[in-house]
Amino acid sequence: MSELESAARRAINAVWRIESARLIAGLTRLVRDVGLAEELAQDALVAALERWPRSGVPENPGAWLMAAAKNRGLDLLRRRKLGDGKRQELTWVADAEAANDQAIAPQEQLDEQLGDDLLRLMFIACHPVLSQDARLALTLRLLGGLTTAEIARAFLVPESTIAQRIVRAKRTLSEAHVPFEVPRGTELTARLSSVLQVLYLIFNEGYSATAGDDWLRPELCEDALRLGRVLAGLLPEEPEVHGLVALMEIQASRMGARVDTAGDPILLLDQNRALWNQIFIRRGLAELERAEETGGDLGPYALQAAIAACHARATTAAETDWSRIAALYDALAQLAPSPVVELNRAVAISMAFGPAAGLELTEALTGEPALEGYHLLPSVRGDLLAKLGRFEEARVEFERAASLTRNERERKLLLERAAGYADRSR
Amino acid sequence: MRFMMLMIPHGYQKAAPDAMPDAQAVAAMMKYNESLQKAGVLLTLDGLHPPSAGTQVSFAGGKPRASDGPFAEAKELVGGYWMIQVRSKEEAIEWAKRCPASDGDIIEVRQVHEMSEFPPDVQKAAEGFQKLQGASQTGRS
Repeated sequence: MSELESAARRAINAVWRIESARLIAGLTRLVRDVGLAEELAQDALVAALERWPRSGVPENPGAWLMAAAKNRGLDLLRRRKLGDGKRQELTWVADAEAANDQAIAPQEQLDEQLGDDLLRLMFIACHPVLSQDARLALTLRLLGGLTTAEIARAFLVPESTIAQRIVRAKRTLSEAHVPFEVPRGTELTARLSSVLQVLYLIFNEGYSATAGDDWLRPELCEDALRLGRVLAGLLPEEPEVHGLVALMEIQASRMGARVDTAGDPILLLDQNRALWNQIFIRRGLAELERAEETGGDLGPYALQAAIAACHARATTAAETDWSRIAALYDALAQLAPSPVVELNRAVAISMAFGPAAGLELTEALTGEPALEGYHLLPSVRGDLLAKLGRFEEARVEFERAASLTRNERERKLLLERAAGYADRSR
Repeated sequence: MRFMMLMIPHGYQKAAPDAMPDAQAVAAMMKYNESLQKAGVLLTLDGLHPPSAGTQVSFAGGKPRASDGPFAEAKELVGGYWMIQVRSKEEAIEWAKRCPASDGDIIEVRQVHEMSEFPPDVQKAAEGFQKLQGASQTGRS
C-alpha cells in the first residue's frame, strides 16, 4: 500500500469510528436485524475504501455511508426477489426509503431519532441473552467502532476468537428475535444495569489489566468513558449512568500517576497527586453532582464515585476523609453486599479507626469462598498485620497474595513486600 | 489520546479589544460543540478575548517583560480551543474538519503529552516526591 493510500485509509477509519455506531443504529431501525445492519454498514465501508482515496472524503461522510448502505440493501432486496429469509427484513429498507422521500423531518427530530436508535443499539449489544464476553465484544464493535483486530488486541486473544464471538452473538440476537427498543419501567433498571456493567468491565480491563504484562491499556478506558458519556447524554434522568461516568472520569484522572517509570503500579495513597488530571477530576465531580441531583439515594456506581471523589478532593493522602469513606462503603455494602466491598470497608475502617479494627473485619472474610482466589484479601491483611508489627504473618500473607495475582508486575510488587518483611521479622 | 484543537481566527490580531462574535456564528459553533459532546469526545473548551486585550510576557535575556496588545506583527493568534479525547490523530483531524469555521480560519491539531511518553529522567523529575511508607492497599479504588 502506498503512503498516500494508507493515509487515506487511516482517514477513512477515523470517519468510520465517528460514524459507524450511528450508521449501524439507523440501519438496524430500518432492517430490524443488527447482524444484517452491520453487514450493510460494512459494505458501505468497503465502498468508501474504494471510492474515497480517489475522490476524497465527501462533505457529509455520514450521509454518504448511509446512502451507500441503503443502496446495497435495495440491491439485495431486488436480487432476492424470489424470496428467502432476508426478504421480510429488507422490505423495511424499501418502506423507509419511500418515507424518507416524502417528508424531510426537521433536524431536531432527526437528532432525537438518532439518539433513540443509538440507545436501542446499546441495549441490544448488552442484551442478557448474550454471554458477558459477547456483550463486551459486540459493544466495542457496534458502538465503539473498533475493528475485530483492535478488540482482539485489547483483550489479548486471537482475532479469530473475537470474530467467532461476534458472529455467534449476532446469530443469538437474531434467533431470539430481540426487539430494537428501549426497555421501560422495571425492565429498564435491569437492562440498564447490564449496559453499565459492560461499560465498567471494559473500563476496568483497561484500568488494571487482569492478565498480561501491562498494567494499563488506556485505549479501553477511553472507549468505555466515551460510551459512558454518550449514554449519559441519552439517558440524563438516570442517576446511575452519571454515577458510572463520574466513577470512570475520576479513576481516569489518575492514569498518569498509577505506574512508575519501570511500569510498576503505584498504589493510590503513594501516588503523586500533582499528576492527577484536574480536568477529569472536575468532570467526574460534576457528573457525581448530576447523579445526586437526579436520584434520591445514591446507587452502587454513584456511591463508588463518591468514594473516589473523597480521594480526589484530598490534596494529600493524609487529608483523606476516611470516616466518610467508611460510611460510604457501609452504604454500598447494604445496597450491593459483596465480600470485595467488605474488604474495602475493612481498609477504610483501618484507616479511620486503626489497623486492629480493620484486621478484625477481614477475619470474617478469610473463609469467604468468593474471595478464595482473590489476591487483595491477603494483600490487605498483610498490610494491616505489618502495621501492627506482626511481620512474619504479614510476610506469609504477601506471599500468598503474590501466588494469586495474574498480573506479572503486581506479583513482583507483592513479592518485594514479602521479602521486606522477611528481613524485619528475623 | 487527547488532542488540543487550537482555533486561530483569520485576522484575530486586528480584532478590537471588545470584539464579540456574531450570534449566527455562535449558534453554528454551539451546534458543533454539542456534536462533540454527544459523541463523548469533548473534554473541555474555551474561547479567548481578542489578543488586543491581552498581554505578552516575553523573556528576552531570561528576564520577564510584559507588553500589552495589540500585537501588530504577530500572526496566527489563538482565539479559543477544544480539548478532545479520541483514538487517533486522524480522528482528531476529522473532528477539526467538521468545525463551522470562517474563511481563512485555521485549526491547529496538537496532541497532548501523556506522562507515560516522557523518558524516565523526565518522569522522575515530574514525580519529585517521597513514597509514603507503609501506605495502605486501596490501590484499586
